[in-house]
Amino acid sequence: MSAVIESHHDDHHHGPAKGFSRWLYTTNHKDIGSLYLWFSFIMLFVGGAMAMVIRAELFEPGSQIVSPEFYNQMVTNHGLIMVFGVIMPAFVGLANWMIPMQIGAPDMALPRLNNLSFWILPAAFGVLLSTFLMEGGAPNFGWTFYAPLSTEYAPPTVTFFIFAVHIMGASSIMGSINIITTILNMRAPGMTLMKMPLFVWSWLITAYLLIAVMPVLAGAVTMMLMDIHFGTSFFSAAGGGDPVLFQHVFWFFGHPEVYIMILPAFGIVSHIIETFSRKPIFGYSSMVYAIASIALLSFVVWAHHMFTVGMPIAGELFFMYSTMLIAIPTGVKVFNWLSTMFKGSLTFETPMLFAIAFVALFTIGGLSGLMLAIAPADFQYHDTYFVVAHFHYVLVPGALFSIVAAVYYWLPKWTGYMYDEVLGKTHFWLSFISVNLTFFPMHFVGLAGMPRRIPDYAMQFADYNMIVSVGAFLFGLSQLLFLFNVLKCVYYGKSATAEVWEGAKGKGLEWTVDSPAPYHTFETSPDLTNPQTNN
Amino acid sequence: MTIFRIILLALPLISLQAFAGWDDVNMSPGATALGQEIFGLHMTIFWICFAIGVAVLGAMAFILFKYRKKEGVEAAKFDDSTFLEFTWTILFALILIGMSIPATITMIRAYDDTEGDINILITGHQWKWQYEYIEDEVSFFSNLSTSLDERNNLAPKGENYLLEVDEHLVIPTGARIRFLITANDVIHSWWVPDFAIKQDAIPGFVNTGWTQVNEPGIFRGQCTELCGQYHGYMPIVVEAVSPDEYKEFIIQKKEAKLQQAALTEKLWTTEELMAMGEGVYQKNCVACHQVNGEGLAPVFPALAGSDIVMNDKARQIEILMEGVQGAAMQSYAEQLTEVEIAAVITYTRKSWGNDASGTGEIVAPKEILDYKTNKL
Repeated sequence: MSAVIESHHDDHHHGPAKGFSRWLYTTNHKDIGSLYLWFSFIMLFVGGAMAMVIRAELFEPGSQIVSPEFYNQMVTNHGLIMVFGVIMPAFVGLANWMIPMQIGAPDMALPRLNNLSFWILPAAFGVLLSTFLMEGGAPNFGWTFYAPLSTEYAPPTVTFFIFAVHIMGASSIMGSINIITTILNMRAPGMTLMKMPLFVWSWLITAYLLIAVMPVLAGAVTMMLMDIHFGTSFFSAAGGGDPVLFQHVFWFFGHPEVYIMILPAFGIVSHIIETFSRKPIFGYSSMVYAIASIALLSFVVWAHHMFTVGMPIAGELFFMYSTMLIAIPTGVKVFNWLSTMFKGSLTFETPMLFAIAFVALFTIGGLSGLMLAIAPADFQYHDTYFVVAHFHYVLVPGALFSIVAAVYYWLPKWTGYMYDEVLGKTHFWLSFISVNLTFFPMHFVGLAGMPRRIPDYAMQFADYNMIVSVGAFLFGLSQLLFLFNVLKCVYYGKSATAEVWEGAKGKGLEWTVDSPAPYHTFETSPDLTNPQTNN
Repeated sequence: MTIFRIILLALPLISLQAFAGWDDVNMSPGATALGQEIFGLHMTIFWICFAIGVAVLGAMAFILFKYRKKEGVEAAKFDDSTFLEFTWTILFALILIGMSIPATITMIRAYDDTEGDINILITGHQWKWQYEYIEDEVSFFSNLSTSLDERNNLAPKGENYLLEVDEHLVIPTGARIRFLITANDVIHSWWVPDFAIKQDAIPGFVNTGWTQVNEPGIFRGQCTELCGQYHGYMPIVVEAVSPDEYKEFIIQKKEAKLQQAALTEKLWTTEELMAMGEGVYQKNCVACHQVNGEGLAPVFPALAGSDIVMNDKARQIEILMEGVQGAAMQSYAEQLTEVEIAAVITYTRKSWGNDASGTGEIVAPKEILDYKTNKL
């Protein structure tokens, strides 16, 4: 009997605990989502500061502010932090907040695992960043850490780097298990797979990619560890090993990894475009199939990162053709977004502006990707700034813009307050102009012959590098406006309605709950079996 | 707002005109048949992608302008069209097939690895290139020749800043040259844009690339795979000369080799060794061990005050000749002559106060030759 009474007593504790222990012990998907998002936001400024150092060094030819050795540490850690510390945690944070709300579930399926998968992440980055204070300096071999530069020739801190990567991988795998379990088991009655919101679909597929490739990354770094400390020669030619093996293993992880960083963006942008077009998404099922095909193809294209390692011609041709195939599902998605806007009734609030910029600039990044797929031409593009331009176009105005769009889109639902629209639009236009100023000229210097990852360059690249640096500083500063806008919304925002956006109610379950979303939502599942209740 | 967007998107194109000719913004048109062919392929693919980009962004601009809610448009309700989905999927597939045909043809042509008239073994080292003419048994290293003052903004930068070396890779015009590319330590990548050759130099592997240059000229390139702290400072300079001049070059190189042997036999004074040693040290050692001999802990040990440098001559010779297993220190037996090795060892033993606390013994070129002979 007493157990019953106690549990009844517990029912009164609807709100969160107070103080730091709320965040440390929380198993609430909204709290953990916020933790992930704030972590990612902080790391954005850390990784961004490193990008500023890089652009300051490259502002003019000649040695400027840092040594070549420290420059390499900046390049390496900028890449690692932006990939593993910003884009991925931000998407996981959005998944935590939105997936239960979008499928009508009360929380994630494995709440304690959820807590653990977040809290080991700051530990991993603590380990990684602490290497800056150690003898020999931080990792300096690029975020792709090719052996033997990252093994025999690495600074001693490489062991800490390996440990950090292992922890990040464990965090990602736990997060993915949780997301898959939640989506497959906790959907509201009547929400069949083909009725799931696209963000949920994109994350279901992304989570499978993560589970497939994170162990491969763990294998690669473990082999490095063995080579460094236990006398093996996996990647050392002198001991009978194979440095190219490293690249195959790395990119077998690496290529799915870059799609892990873009697939959830497809889901987000689809929601935003349909909301502000006041029209249902065009070609829902083809959108799902396109995401699934991109994910499957991502396993058979990895060696297009390695066209210059001396593969046999059959290999070159296979990886060229398979890579070109990816353009088909990607093109389908872009055309579907355009068709969603076609004959819609468009308004241009901040999330929509970022989503439109995503579609336009992701298209540019996709087209340069298609050029890079052409193997003989890639002999000239490979490892130049053309590649840097390409992947920054898909990751910054691609993945990052989609995250910013998602924050503006759902912030009123999370906080219960509206952000400042004027500030939001200012943030957008500054970001849009500066992002192009930063990354577009990189195409030119790359084609003209500037290799990537160099701390100094020949005179003919000087003009464009200065423009790029100015653009980068402006882009970096603009993001402070974003931080300010989020804080202003949380502390001084005007109250938001439950629907937030005109006509949003029909665009997903998250718009049927109050703003801010109560600490616990959907404790009883909404019943979607009757189509009438859907609206 | 939309018009503003279009202007923004066009800005980069306008800047093309404003800054310079196409050279500064596009790929090298190529100095060889293969280079020209790859440039042609690049331009074909570029124009196709450009057209697609203009069509998609143009359609988008039109939609954004036409269907604004401000204008009072009502949203339509449609959400699918199997016909359209099929049509554009097939359209994409056709475009891709169209692109893959010229790409495949060029790929096959680039992959011709039959033997050349002249075969040159290229070895990447941290941070210099070694060129070995296999048939003529001539070998030398090619180092960056841009001065530290230029790099540190203490002197005006020259026209070929960071793209100049002490020894050019000289090749004859009109001959088929095959490059065999490998590396000694980490992965490097040998790239000369005008030849459209970019091949990774990987320890334990030999990759191939080939070229045939018909007009004399100087062609510059750079290492394109991150290979450590001075990755940005190992350029490539290839000089194509007439076959006669090429013959002359090979003869000179062979004579220089004989002269070196004579120099080894000569008796050297301490002053001569010190003067030469300082130059060798500046060129080959300062990157890691620093000008003041303090090194960079913990990877690059200090030479100033080192027990080996002060007291253990035999071990120091051995390190220079064999390198240090598992560390960045490589063997200099191939890169430097006997005289140069003797000189640089003498220099380190007599500098930074090492001669005060250590033996300060000099090393004669003959001792290095003896080391080599004994090893055989």
